Amino acid sequence: MIDLSINGESHSVDVPEDMPLLWVLRDVLGMTGTKFGCGVAQCGACTVHVDGQAVRSCVTPASTVVGSEVVTIEGVGATAPGGRVQAAWLEHQVVQCGYCQSGQIMSAAALLGSNPAPDDAAIDEAMSGNICRCGTYPRIRAAIKTAAKA
Amino acid sequence: MGDSLASATRAAAASASPRADLRLSRRGLLGGGLTIAFAFSPLGRKVWAHGGEQPSLHAIEGQVEGGDTGDAFQGFAPGGFVRIDPAGKISLLIPNIEMGQGIHTAEAMLIAEELEVDLDQVSVLPAPPNEDLYKQPLLQSQTTGGSTSIRSTWVPLRQAGAAARTMLVQAAAQRWGVEATELTVARGVVSANSGGRSATYAELVEDAAKLPIPTDVPLKDPARFRLVGTPVPRVEGRGKTDGTAVFGIDAKVEGMKIATVSASPIFGGKLGRVDEAAARAVPGVRDVVKLDNAVAVTGDHYWAARQGVDALQIEWQEGPNAGLTTDTIFADLKVSSETGKPILAKQEGQAQAAFDAAPKKVEAVYRLPFLAHATMEPINCLVHVRDGGCEIWCGTQVPTAAQALAAKILNIPAEKVILHNHLIGGGFGRRLEADYVAQAVQIARQVDYPVKVVWSREEDFAHDLYRPAYYDRIAAGLGEDGMPVAWIDHVTGGSVLGSYLPTGLPDGTLDSDAVEGAAEPPYGFPTLLVDWVRKDPPVPVSWWRGVGPTHNIFVVESFMDELALAAGKDPVEYRSMLLANNPRAAGVLKLAAEKAGWDPAAKKVAGEGRGVALHVSFGSYIAVVLDISVAQDGAVKLKRAIAAVDCGHVVNPDTVHAQVEGGLLFGLSAALYNGIEIENGRVVQTSFEEYGQLRMNESIPVEVHIVPSTEDPGGMGETATVSAAPVLGNAIFAATGKRLRSLPFVPQLAAETSG
Repeated sequence: MIDLSINGESHSVDVPEDMPLLWVLRDVLGMTGTKFGCGVAQCGACTVHVDGQAVRSCVTPASTVVGSEVVTIEGVGATAPGGRVQAAWLEHQVVQCGYCQSGQIMSAAALLGSNPAPDDAAIDEAMSGNICRCGTYPRIRAAIKTAAKA
Repeated sequence: MGDSLASATRAAAASASPRADLRLSRRGLLGGGLTIAFAFSPLGRKVWAHGGEQPSLHAIEGQVEGGDTGDAFQGFAPGGFVRIDPAGKISLLIPNIEMGQGIHTAEAMLIAEELEVDLDQVSVLPAPPNEDLYKQPLLQSQTTGGSTSIRSTWVPLRQAGAAARTMLVQAAAQRWGVEATELTVARGVVSANSGGRSATYAELVEDAAKLPIPTDVPLKDPARFRLVGTPVPRVEGRGKTDGTAVFGIDAKVEGMKIATVSASPIFGGKLGRVDEAAARAVPGVRDVVKLDNAVAVTGDHYWAARQGVDALQIEWQEGPNAGLTTDTIFADLKVSSETGKPILAKQEGQAQAAFDAAPKKVEAVYRLPFLAHATMEPINCLVHVRDGGCEIWCGTQVPTAAQALAAKILNIPAEKVILHNHLIGGGFGRRLEADYVAQAVQIARQVDYPVKVVWSREEDFAHDLYRPAYYDRIAAGLGEDGMPVAWIDHVTGGSVLGSYLPTGLPDGTLDSDAVEGAAEPPYGFPTLLVDWVRKDPPVPVSWWRGVGPTHNIFVVESFMDELALAAGKDPVEYRSMLLANNPRAAGVLKLAAEKAGWDPAAKKVAGEGRGVALHVSFGSYIAVVLDISVAQDGAVKLKRAIAAVDCGHVVNPDTVHAQVEGGLLFGLSAALYNGIEIENGRVVQTSFEEYGQLRMNESIPVEVHIVPSTEDPGGMGETATVSAAPVLGNAIFAATGKRLRSLPFVPQLAAETSG
């Protein structure tokens, strides 16, 4: 059994040691807000927080986050940066298809958690691991700046 | 793609008789007579009603969630689009599927505008598969594609809202013994102008349900619109920011297992011998399921299924395409272009004679690659085959065709197939195909539990249906003044329509998609000849965002710059001189140039470039100006884009802005990086990195200017994508003096500098 703390709740899951956190969330715990996009950490759709850091859950074995606090899109609104980011996303009407946006929001919230006033270079650095095929990047940038000021 | 997609979707739907033999609904609480349907007329101008049918999702009793869209609904339902239950809950059933383009919001606005409710008062639901109720007039099927949604529903959805409102108001008028004209209605409350009486829709539905559905309801003067034309927030926006939005890949049902698949990596290959032992030993693996050309492993979760597929020892029967390469395909296209029999698409005047006699001739060859859709949401489909029926959860642009295909595979009636449509995590044309539904049904029929088939990203790249590669020869004769006297565009490529139609496209028949954007240029050319040589590659092909125009406008608008150069004229000025009879096209060109500060006399700065492109497609007009720089090493840096759009009457201006911003960036990503290559009969690219993607660090602001208009709406889901490749190619020429006539651009610029 692997003991996980996700969004402040404890979960014990009976899964292989090497099973990525993404599939524990989606297929074992039924938390489908975290998305599968590529499975090889190239697109960022699966981004979650582990102790406040943005990580790609598709390549993070669940057994490696035992003892850490995992936050997903379902719980990030309860954090101060996450709530501001979600509000800014709505204010700027960022989403289109929306499939990448859980990961975008998690990356943005982690950015603001470590850098309350990111400039364009910092936004590029933090967000370029998250692909958006719909091309919502200009609105994501604007929303991050709004969330930073909130 | 109006014509070609229309005939294709019509035929695809008809081929497997999706027109379900609809079971009559249960007798409604408010009187069973009120199961009456509006249907779109072929002209989209009239609504008519016919009795007795409503959408049926309950082919298998007691197993269906989401009663709002099923015939479990009991209440006021005057047609397919509006439902009000006795408690006053209002549901709007939206005929087109939401895949990012904002259609759930826009179509809900059209209904709500006339129903006199606001979007905070309604639930927006995807319509179930039902051609009788939701066939749209442009595509003649229940299909979302070709930027046809608003063009199709602009009138009928307002009529649906108006008819329901009229019945509710009439019910109040009868109750109070007054004329309907003495009543007003706002936010779902009918009020009398005198006497202080009012009633909510909830209080009126029982009486309203007894009234006949009006067939000729006057629509609101657009000057009185209160929703249409305003930037209403997306109805599904919140769910997409808090993780609660449910895409097809998120569907889950009791007892479900997860499968993943390995299909023949070689086009046309078949499954040979499979050693399953190692796969079956993986903890959590349930079954190994073989298909004709693929093998799937099911398991308790994706990780088990993934490891199971990876552990299989598979032998493929390679088939005839094992030697196929991109080079052989383009060599074949070139031969076909030069020696094949062209099918005439458009002829005006004697273009060839005028070309032969012209004092100056310009000729060029343009090549476009295969493209993958690469949607963020990998291909997936959840299917449960049981009890002589089948239930499907997925996102599809063609719900009735998918339903019909499943029924055909299982040899059961279509009404025994329940299909729950979902939000789509990026369509771009990919989910106009139902191949993945067919594959999932073929897997699910071999197991006794619900199974969700999820492809890996690698599988998604390897088994897309690709935008065809093209080889186009274009030529113009110029007069002494440098203006065109002849325009000749020879298109060569595969037929998407021929691939899509169940019966194929007969030889010698024009695929209008192949020449869309080429056959109707916005410019006034004295003579014109456009034809197409069909050369189908042994590669599956389909529609890709922007369809025909994305291909042809790259050629047309790049070549327009070549002609301006040959004429010694500024690209904007040259185009403007050919737009005397096209004021809307001239209008967006002028506006974009003004907003960008286009200056023909601007001083050239080495490595800096500004391009322009103009086109008319999907009923909309757009001009884009793009600023870039190109470094010594060939690296392209995007800097700023300015777009001017005339899309007629705007339903939601924020959606138009979003589609221009995102659609242009989507197209720029493709023009910079994307091209599917084939070696040994297989797709080379297996990942986003190999395919290439525009990311945040390369993204640019896109400034959008909308021309106010009261013309009928044009489509906006694909329009800006079409602009991307030509405006970028023209900007690269301005920056470097190099005319790039093939896509994508970045590998060519990199190769030139490294060589």
